[in-house]
Amino acid sequence: MTGSTEWPLWEVFVRSRRGLSHTHAGSLHAPDAEMALRNARDLYTRRNEGVSIWVVPSAEITASSPDEKDSFFEPSADKPYRHPTFYDIPEGVKHL
Amino acid sequence: MTPTPTTPAPSATEAAPAATPAPDAPAVHTAALALGDDALVLSHRLGEWAGHAPVLEEEVALANIALDLLGQARVLLSLAGDEDELAYLREERSFRNLQLVEQPNGDFAHTIARQLYFSVYQNLMYGQLAATDSPLAPLAAKAVKEVAYHQDHAEQWTLRLGDGTAESHERMQRGVDALWRFTGEMFAPVAGLDLDREALREQWTATVTAVLQKATLTVPEGPQSGAWTAGAGREGLHTESFGRMLAEMQHLHRSHPGASW
Amino acid sequence: MATAHQPFTTAPHKPAAAAVDGAVDTTVLESAFDAAVAADERIEPRDWMPDAYRATLVRQIAQHAHSEIIGMQPEANWITRAPSLRRKAILMAKVQDEAGHGLYLYSAAETLGASRDDLLDKLHSGRQKYSSIFNYPTLTWADVGAIGWLVDGAAITNQVPLCRCSYGPYARAMVRVCKEESFHQRQGYELLLALSRGTEAQHAMAQDAVDRWWWPSLMMFGPPDAESSHSEQSMTWKIKRHSNDELRQRFVDICVPQAESLGLTLPDPDLKWNEERGQHDFGPIDWSEFWSVLKGNGPCNDQRITQRRRAHEEGAWVREAAAAYAAKQSERKEATA
Repeated sequence: MTGSTEWPLWEVFVRSRRGLSHTHAGSLHAPDAEMALRNARDLYTRRNEGVSIWVVPSAEITASSPDEKDSFFEPSADKPYRHPTFYDIPEGVKHL
Repeated sequence: MTPTPTTPAPSATEAAPAATPAPDAPAVHTAALALGDDALVLSHRLGEWAGHAPVLEEEVALANIALDLLGQARVLLSLAGDEDELAYLREERSFRNLQLVEQPNGDFAHTIARQLYFSVYQNLMYGQLAATDSPLAPLAAKAVKEVAYHQDHAEQWTLRLGDGTAESHERMQRGVDALWRFTGEMFAPVAGLDLDREALREQWTATVTAVLQKATLTVPEGPQSGAWTAGAGREGLHTESFGRMLAEMQHLHRSHPGASW
Repeated sequence: MATAHQPFTTAPHKPAAAAVDGAVDTTVLESAFDAAVAADERIEPRDWMPDAYRATLVRQIAQHAHSEIIGMQPEANWITRAPSLRRKAILMAKVQDEAGHGLYLYSAAETLGASRDDLLDKLHSGRQKYSSIFNYPTLTWADVGAIGWLVDGAAITNQVPLCRCSYGPYARAMVRVCKEESFHQRQGYELLLALSRGTEAQHAMAQDAVDRWWWPSLMMFGPPDAESSHSEQSMTWKIKRHSNDELRQRFVDICVPQAESLGLTLPDPDLKWNEERGQHDFGPIDWSEFWSVLKGNGPCNDQRITQRRRAHEEGAWVREAAAAYAAKQSERKEATA
């Protein structure tokens, strides 16, 4: 009998140094949040890769669906006026 | 290049690798050896877990602790002489570690009980030592951060095993009870370690008691030392399994006298 | 909105758009998938993918993860006997890395809907394999060096192209693994160099280890291309980017000068530079040995699986305890809320 109590899955986010945001490092199993943090520390920062860690139960993350890629993300592709390169500025004008 | 055991070493203390530090060795060498042997031996025991841990995440955690301890051991032994000569060429009776750390791993609860008792001690001891002007203070200041994490690891698991299932509770209680009689030795005086031993004992007892109670475990009531165990490891008197552990650890090194690795 | 946002899990994604009239239009999805792979785009967990692609990846990633975990054993065999404290620290860190690599890889497999418990079950019951190389014993200290140099060297040769694998999570795990593995190979080489330049007995120990590990290392690249069952499809899917024989040749060419610098010989009388091909020729590999070890007749197959199974079974009460504690804690939290 090996016990079927599989620990839940957690997603791990690591801030590699101050000034940078947390980025997704991977996942791991842990029985609870405290242990998830510690396991993350041991697994994902053992080469000095981090100064701060977040752990989130994988089941608690809501993600956009790949199906909605078109409706979610394409509409923003045709609005070039949101980008500075859209605008022509006479040569010689500075600090713009 | 590791000198052979027969090579004359430059200083008096390094000249006697296979024995205790020479009588005129500074007390700090005695202290470095005691603390270094603790770290070396416990690191070795934790290393025996590799490939046997109850869950993969714990393989990584136990190895981290073992590596921290081995790092401490190397610094401390190097203060007392040549790290490899001291680790590999001393006889059992010359080792100065606590009997607690040489105790076999047992089950995971037994290992966690050993970790709890020892890491609380190490945390308090290094904490005090870091504030002194001892030559060991810089090492202590660095190590205290490592062992604070070891203590946290031990506490987390003590809680989970103590207050987990009936089986884990029973196993944890058994581990805590079985190792209790080796804890008194931590408060015995060590030459070169100028510590407030009374405070050490009080704080250790308070911390361990709080953790065990929170984990729904009973604090053992038996003696913390006896005629055989009082200060025994620090005096070179060890338990049976230690000789076998050393035989395994030293065999290869001793089989090739003078070789470099 | 037609599509409910699904939790960020690993459940195979059911595309709503394709379910019009109850019929899944897989041809549209498949051609989008093929186009993405052809354009060297990465496939991500919740993208539609062919079932066979998913199954191939789960099988390969799981086998890879199992190899890391089983691969801890032959080296852990020497942790307690490492002949210097420096070597002991290195070896412990390396064996720990292998546990870590196993974890990264199980993570990657879980993004495809597999569960780690289930994969471990399959390993323990022999339904999934691990690399046959770990069914050979580590008889001397030099074997630790030979594993680092040759086995990890072969693994790296295999793995570097996997950093560009079409499946995102696998590729990302491999980037991390490869970064960490380079220390593994270097420590092995350095260890062997110390032995080779050491006493006569140490030199002999190193040569003996290389003699025993060379051929099994060449077998790590898998059967010759002509006999490899999964290769072609995996190449199309860009899970695999080079053929077995191509990688094997690359490895041999890398090792020959390295062996010279070590002052050790490789146990192959046919090994020689072929000016015309610009590569080394090498002798025939004994594939009957490979198949025999794969089928369970290697020197350590039983031992490795037995130890793994025992560790898992003996750890069951620990995992149950932590789960029970977590359940109690959340009940307590709810009660006080």
